[in-house]
Amino acid sequence: MYKILKKQKWSDTIFSNWVEAPFVAKAAQPGQFIILITKENGERIPLTIADSNPQEGWVQIVYQVVGASTLELSSMNEGENLYAFVGPLGMPSEVENFGGKVLIIGGGIGIAPIHPIAKKLKELGNHVISIIGARTKDLIIMEDKMKEASNELLIATDDGTYGQKGFVTNIMDDILKKESEAIKDIWAIGPPIMMKMCTRVANEHNKQIWVSLNSIMVDGTGMCGACRVSVGGKTKFACVDGPEFRGNLVNFEEMVLRQRQYCDQEREALVLLEEQIRRKASNG
Amino acid sequence: MAEKLKPAEKLKKNRVSMRTQEPLERIQNFLEVPLGYSLAEAIEEAQRCLQCNPAYCVAGCPADVRIPQFIEKIIEEDIKGAFLEIKQTNALPAVCGRVCPQEEQCEGACIMNKKGKPIAIGRLERYVADWARQLDYSDAKKPSSKLGKKVAIVGSGPAGLACASDLAKLGYDVTIYEALHKPGGVLVYGIPEFRLPKSIVEYEVGQIKELGVEINLNYVVGLTKTVDELIQEYDAVFLANGAGAPSFLNIPGENLNGVYSASEFLTRSNLMKAYEFPNYATPIRVGQKAVVVGGGNVAMDAVRTAKRLGAKEATIVYRRSRKEMPARAEEIEHAEEEGIKFELLTNPVKILGDEYGNVVGIECVKMELGEPDESGRRRPKVVEGSNFVIDVDTVIIAIGQSANPIVARSATGVEINKWGYFVADEDGKTTHPKVWAGGDIVTGAATVILAVGAGKKAAKSIHETLSIKQ
Ligand SMILES: Cc1cc2nc3c(=O)[nH]c(=O)nc-3n(C[C@H](O)[C@H](O)[C@H](O)COP(=O)(O)OP(=O)(O)OC[C@H]3O[C@@H](n4cnc5c(N)ncnc54)[C@H](O)[C@@H]3O)c2cc1C
Ligand SMILES: Cc1cc2nc3c(=O)[nH]c(=O)nc-3n(C[C@H](O)[C@H](O)[C@H](O)COP(=O)(O)OP(=O)(O)OC[C@H]3O[C@@H](n4cnc5c(N)ncnc54)[C@H](O)[C@@H]3O)c2cc1C
Ligand code: SF4
Ligand code: SF4
Ligand code: FES
Repeated sequence: MYKILKKQKWSDTIFSNWVEAPFVAKAAQPGQFIILITKENGERIPLTIADSNPQEGWVQIVYQVVGASTLELSSMNEGENLYAFVGPLGMPSEVENFGGKVLIIGGGIGIAPIHPIAKKLKELGNHVISIIGARTKDLIIMEDKMKEASNELLIATDDGTYGQKGFVTNIMDDILKKESEAIKDIWAIGPPIMMKMCTRVANEHNKQIWVSLNSIMVDGTGMCGACRVSVGGKTKFACVDGPEFRGNLVNFEEMVLRQRQYCDQEREALVLLEEQIRRKASNG
Repeated sequence: MAEKLKPAEKLKKNRVSMRTQEPLERIQNFLEVPLGYSLAEAIEEAQRCLQCNPAYCVAGCPADVRIPQFIEKIIEEDIKGAFLEIKQTNALPAVCGRVCPQEEQCEGACIMNKKGKPIAIGRLERYVADWARQLDYSDAKKPSSKLGKKVAIVGSGPAGLACASDLAKLGYDVTIYEALHKPGGVLVYGIPEFRLPKSIVEYEVGQIKELGVEINLNYVVGLTKTVDELIQEYDAVFLANGAGAPSFLNIPGENLNGVYSASEFLTRSNLMKAYEFPNYATPIRVGQKAVVVGGGNVAMDAVRTAKRLGAKEATIVYRRSRKEMPARAEEIEHAEEEGIKFELLTNPVKILGDEYGNVVGIECVKMELGEPDESGRRRPKVVEGSNFVIDVDTVIIAIGQSANPIVARSATGVEINKWGYFVADEDGKTTHPKVWAGGDIVTGAATVILAVGAGKKAAKSIHETLSIKQ
């Protein structure tokens, strides 16, 4: 079970795995995520479902190596089995035919989770304008798939190596200045700072916006409260009430502080794993 | 075979106590605290049993354990025989022998309780079950004839396991769906290793699997598949998903870093083995000073875990007095021996943090007891102006759990009450003819043995219903 059917390296730190998980593939909807455990002694890490195929029984995930667990995942090979893989978790995105244009914004690794939402929105008959962005050209992922899932695709890189130089928010602001009325809803997924800035732009134009919150999770089923976030002054559990919330109501400062909760321990785990990988490599 | 004592001699003797790890030693490790009986000790305790007929004790056991019969076998030094007696009705003897609140169950009903020295039924049950496990003795076998009927069970806690075991023995094809990556429910994610070693749960679950029960892990009913779909695919469905949603105090500062629900803290430590970090990848933070809010068994488990994870000072903050604490007396005593501090008649009003979002203090008020409330316990009242701050690195909220709506949301025609618990009768029957429910998701947070009892009743009722419907 949970065999890694295929693995691709998309950049120095970004990988994609296709995992055998027929039950998850059958039930998956845009906006939902899975939790996986690499090995028996691993932790439960949440990753968004980037794509899935119920006929073939696989789920695609796209992840950035940021610490021990994602490093371990990236070091596993095709044909190996993950210890656990559970989902789909969370509430699906509230997509429908809005009878107009929708704005989709994906930043960095956030392009992967925004893709199924764009795809679904287009299928439903919306006119999808997508903006994807990253620090630099190499980190722009899934461009072709995003093109397919959108009616218009715009690209921004911080350093100007590809597309427009600047942030996705610059393009977002331009579009809203031009046709705020026509835009029926907005989704933004990416690093917290990007989602926060997108929310600021949306607020300036009096627009509602969906963001997807990557809070730290354990069970992912509403049992522990590790993932709690403040939305509209109320505590919500990102794993069951979200992960998508109206950005206009999210307390991003608290969310970012909570994400850093285990920084020291995470560094310790990473050092240990890197050492193990080095030793394994030197032993042939 | 050991000697049989005369009734008068039996009455004179006292309960055989159980050796435990020394407090100073045990707060350094996660090994079990009570060490178990030796054969000689088990026999000595067994000899005190009056072999009543009818047996009062059995009326106190929701798992209908054949108590006098198994105790007699111990006296006969036929431990295997004792094991077989117990296993006739209870699939989880090593678990129950450890965690049942025996004083309220079998031992509370034992005739010798009148003299204040009930037979230590739980310890004897534990002895017998441990004997079998250590020798790897198994009585589990797949039933010879199958009924060709399928039952789905949601949740692999004690209720689900007990139901699965009874149905499998009757010849049903039983499939358990479990959301987590390990079976056992609270037995694996809640109750700490030092009270219930996980290898024991694994063993007893393994025995149930030997009966032919299939357990699908990593399967969230309501998300991976709905209850409605299970109803289509199976002849009957038993909902035993527990009361898993943590309650918070709803006071300012509760989302600061270092504030946990007891469920999160214990899940990290037990299920994810954070006490072995970084060899196990899940982190946990405790620091020097931990405060646990609450006075039940869960609070005791959390505070004793915090101590073992290195807290120099681990304190219980509880709003009523010692007398009203719902935790078992034994747990409170163990906590006291381990140097846990108790701030009683104290209630938190605010959690304080620093500029990095880390918790640094908890502001409390003193309480006094007023008139009795509906539960008969005296209602605590705030002493005005008594605010004070306790410095802390960690705050753990252990004030209860409630119903998680994921399962109920996907179960059309199964009625829930206003708190989200399934409505079920004595036999576990819900408002849907193919659906039964039992355990914490019907009663609210209760005990392992009540969940086991509910699982057994549902199994019986499912069997009755499905056999009539030939
Ligand atoms: C619902 C959800 C969906 C997600 N989808 C994806 C996805 O599709 N692709 C992807 O690459 N990542 C995704 N994430 C984030 C991913 O879960 C984390 O990056 C991962 O758990 C980090 O584990 P680690 O052990 O490698 O790093 P750690 O050592 O745990 O962390 C390293 C660094 O990453 C930060 N971090 C830790 N946890 C998270 C987190 N949950 N979110 C963001 N940063 C974190 C820490 O602050 C730390 O600085 C998602 C998170 C959630 C909650
Ligand atoms: C820390 C702690 C200590 C305790 N100590 C004691 C004690 O010493 N003695 C005692 O008698 N009782 C104790 N209890 C109470 C006791 O553990 C519970 O009453 C008992 O476990 C309830 O059993 P259950 O089978 O109803 O539910 P649970 O044990 O909660 O099991 C429910 C199972 O269902 C699974 N589940 C939930 N949702 C889904 C879903 N959507 N799909 C699939 N599976 C799902 C859960 O993951 C879980 O495995 C304690 C409880 C806690 C939390
Ligand atoms: S199962 Fe629990 S209540 Fe029943 S005899 Fe054993 S310890 Fe007592
Ligand atoms: S009631 Fe007590 S003394 Fe009587 S049979 Fe049961 S355990 Fe023995
Ligand atoms: S991750 Fe445990 S409740 Fe959300």
